Amino acid sequence: MTEMNIVQAVNSALDIMLLKDDDVIFFGEDAGYFGGVFRTSDGLQEKHGSHRVFDTPLSEGGIAAIAFGMGINGLRPVAEIQFADYIFPAYDQIVNEIAKVRHRSGGEFWCPVTIRTPAGGGIRGGHHHSQSPESQFTHTAGIKVVYTSTPYNSKGLLISAIESNDPVIVFEPKRCYRGPFYGDPHNVPTWKDHPEAEVPEAHYSIPLGKARIAMEGDECTVISWGTMVHVSEQAIKDSGVSCDLIDLQTLVPWDKDAIVKSIEKTGRCVIVHEAPKTSGFGAEMAASVQERCFYHLEAPIERVTGWDTPFPHTTEWDYMPSPARIANAIKKTMEE
Amino acid sequence: MTKKKKEVTLYVPSAPFRPGDKVNFAPFENEPGDLPRPDPVKCTAAETTDHAYGLIRVLNSEGIASGPWDPKLSKEELLEGLEHMVRMRIFDDRMMKMQRTGKLSFYMRSFGEEAVAIAQTMALKRQDWIFPTYRQPGAQFVRGRDMVSMINHCIGNEEDNVKGRQMPVHYTYRDGRYISVSSPVGTQFSQAVGVAMASQYKGLDECCITWIGDGSSAEGDYHYALNFASVFKPPVILNIVNNQWAISTHANLASGNPTFAARGLAYNVPSMRVDGNDFLALYSVTKWARERAASGAGATHIEVLTYRAGAHSSSDDPSRYRPGNEHEAWPGGDPVDRLVQHLISIKEWSEEQQKELEERIDEEVVEAYKKAVTYGDLANGPYPSVDTIFTEVYEEVPWHLKEQWDEMKRWSDE
Repeated sequence: MTEMNIVQAVNSALDIMLLKDDDVIFFGEDAGYFGGVFRTSDGLQEKHGSHRVFDTPLSEGGIAAIAFGMGINGLRPVAEIQFADYIFPAYDQIVNEIAKVRHRSGGEFWCPVTIRTPAGGGIRGGHHHSQSPESQFTHTAGIKVVYTSTPYNSKGLLISAIESNDPVIVFEPKRCYRGPFYGDPHNVPTWKDHPEAEVPEAHYSIPLGKARIAMEGDECTVISWGTMVHVSEQAIKDSGVSCDLIDLQTLVPWDKDAIVKSIEKTGRCVIVHEAPKTSGFGAEMAASVQERCFYHLEAPIERVTGWDTPFPHTTEWDYMPSPARIANAIKKTMEE
Repeated sequence: MTKKKKEVTLYVPSAPFRPGDKVNFAPFENEPGDLPRPDPVKCTAAETTDHAYGLIRVLNSEGIASGPWDPKLSKEELLEGLEHMVRMRIFDDRMMKMQRTGKLSFYMRSFGEEAVAIAQTMALKRQDWIFPTYRQPGAQFVRGRDMVSMINHCIGNEEDNVKGRQMPVHYTYRDGRYISVSSPVGTQFSQAVGVAMASQYKGLDECCITWIGDGSSAEGDYHYALNFASVFKPPVILNIVNNQWAISTHANLASGNPTFAARGLAYNVPSMRVDGNDFLALYSVTKWARERAASGAGATHIEVLTYRAGAHSSSDDPSRYRPGNEHEAWPGGDPVDRLVQHLISIKEWSEEQQKELEERIDEEVVEAYKKAVTYGDLANGPYPSVDTIFTEVYEEVPWHLKEQWDEMKRWSDE
């Protein structure tokens, strides 16, 4: 085991998969020589060669399209989109092509593409470097959706994504690349001494579709993903309520068993995400919990989310769910 | 199974130099006067083949202007251009210092590319639309924007006209017909064609100028723009600023063509390649494109050849991917130095006057900065009201946003 931050964990996953499988190649804007603007592929071009780790033209649509072509012709491409906010020129290629080719070709072609992209706010990035567009992909049949939160799951889930024969999009919480975020912008911890920063140097994988129980309790279930897992942890501590904190990890397909088991135990549910509320993945979670656990629920399901507005620059701390807002929602479920 | 040929088969271009490498820029092949100035109204794309593969210049290495592209600007016009370029450079340096102290979250300089927006905007008419990237803020000085207002935006204070919603350098200045800067690169390029089509539809004497980077010209938006401009012939000036670097990615990864300008020929749009550090050549080519647009002849495609002398942004460290100070070897030199050299050569300027100008502008920038921080800054506030999160999302606030707005206020009041 080695202590790693998320940048190092992602780098380690890519390195291992490049070594393990000649069909794995990695590319993106500034991702080759420079090693990525967040340094996630630092040193990999030098180690594996510029034919396996390379820069592309600045063209997200082109990146997704060549990934598609390589994927159906037997490679296992891993593409980086520099910021999730910049994925939209690639949206057609991902939604209508990468995600659909297995189905539309009657299973004759498939596309084992992994797209990794830093997402989420908290870096003073304004609306074009802060968005969390996971629900724009969970609404797309044919692609699996992962959202990591820690060094350990960033590595294990990325390896599973690359090994998957289905296309997978992996969102990485950029605010947490070098340390967890507990909702206080003035507190900037590193991953040092965090249990989830203990990462095996060797290959390991976390199965897609499995959630992580980040905290255990019996009064309320908090479901979250990405940066908000850590903010929720702080909120649970502040609330004094005994909570299960479920880090969903994979949004499609989500871990039905873990969620149902927890809600049947606690009878209460709070869903937290930083993306806007309307049609956010929290809406899917709330509807599914209601369908599957209605007779176990003791209180209405609460959602704490970003507002249905563009992500602001100077006032971002009033946009992102805070520990206080989350703790309030937890306490509200306890009033019933 | 297809038989395997050999181990390494994928071709990937590499940058011409990296840290530790010696830099050898090829000298410019064209001298001032080499390329003719065609009739802007009648010119066809085919007539611009030499212009698209060559380089239009006016100033030679001694700072002497010559050839058919010499715009023969007055002393006043030359000094106005020089003053704005000096203003841009000193303004950038001040903003960068403020960024290091946390008063801005982020900054991007125009260092080495000051002539681009300034010469090109000066060549236009006041009613023409400007659709910039983040590296053409200098156009605002030409259009008379108050510097305090620009700083207010960058430091995200209460007086920021875009209300703290955008990252620094993402200016909006409607009074100057300077359209809002967007972070996703390239989007403005095809939008500018629509702006020009609207002017054409309304029958107004207006054109739209826009820019895209060498890197972002790999986006689809670039190709949409050229194609629509080719089909509809709107009054638009489509510039690729080839500063040779997209963060760490060299221009040879953006296009396989020997010049960026040449790509326009295939779209049947007259295409020019111009020395982007030569204020006079830039002014002149833009004026030519403006004449062409006004005549109804349609679009012009221009490659502005320059060198990104500084980092991509305050978040970037170019020493990781290029040698450092190589801009000093760039055959196009420095745009400010070259205009100073020209003014001195025609005996309209001196080094003492240049020094006085720089001191005067420095004072102007310091005064503007002092005034701007009285309205707050990113490190210390006060910030725009949190209400600005909810306003102007739609023309009117729908019920679901009103509910969320009320909820937010409960939290922000605590």
